[in-house]
Amino acid sequence: MESPVSTETLRPTGALDGWAGRFAELPDSVALLAEPFHAMVDVRTADPAALEGLVGAPLPGPNAWTGGERVTAIRLGPDEWLLTSPFLAPPELEAAARAAGAAALPGARVAVADVSAQRTTVRLRGAHARDVLETGCAIDLHPRSFGAGSAAVTLLGQAGVVLLGLGPSDYRVLVRSSFAAYLAEWLLDAAREFR
Amino acid sequence: MQLIRCPWCGPREEVEFHYGGQAGVAYPADPAALSDEDWARYVFVRDNPKGRFEERWSHAAGCRRWFTAVRDTATYRFER
Repeated sequence: MESPVSTETLRPTGALDGWAGRFAELPDSVALLAEPFHAMVDVRTADPAALEGLVGAPLPGPNAWTGGERVTAIRLGPDEWLLTSPFLAPPELEAAARAAGAAALPGARVAVADVSAQRTTVRLRGAHARDVLETGCAIDLHPRSFGAGSAAVTLLGQAGVVLLGLGPSDYRVLVRSSFAAYLAEWLLDAAREFR
Repeated sequence: MQLIRCPWCGPREEVEFHYGGQAGVAYPADPAALSDEDWARYVFVRDNPKGRFEERWSHAAGCRRWFTAVRDTATYRFER
């Protein structure tokens, strides 16, 4: 008889967990990495100041992200932000966002939804990282207009992505889990010329 | 490809947007009183000017918000 599956044996898996081997074939000038699971929470509010304590910084304006190592806030729209955290579990992050909204400003209206399963995270680094992205992304990725702290909800190839600038030649791409295999295939193809 | 200025995200490529037709089409004040012809006119008939046209656009691949833009239908230029 097979041993029963207990909840301890079930761990969250990412949409790109099986791709490490193919990513490893790339040179350092276009290093691809499927990052560990990030909890993600979608927050809609007219009072973004309520969440400053949780994020550790003012919530970002257009085309930007802010935050520390623990919680990052990415602006998705005029009243909508995505909070991500690699350390907190999704229910913890959701509860923290609710509590921050309720505590900081009584009467602040904050809508919080756990969307952790929606997107998976890919890190793209190296001297040619920008060249790879520029083959399929229309926004200006030159460091003078898209440096560290920049964010854009846009298209990469045919996939809708959230693109974060982390530093020179260092990007984080948040892609819908069902598009992750497509995007990984697309990135590997775009990176071929730099092998 | 031309850039369209989203009021929330700034200029983005046209493929990120979805067209929503004429802006400012008011819902009938008393829909039950409309004849079939008036109802069809409300649902289907739109202005088709050559020149300035106020229309709805959605930044579908970005912030997903709707906004009203003025476009010249002859030159395809957006105002603002």
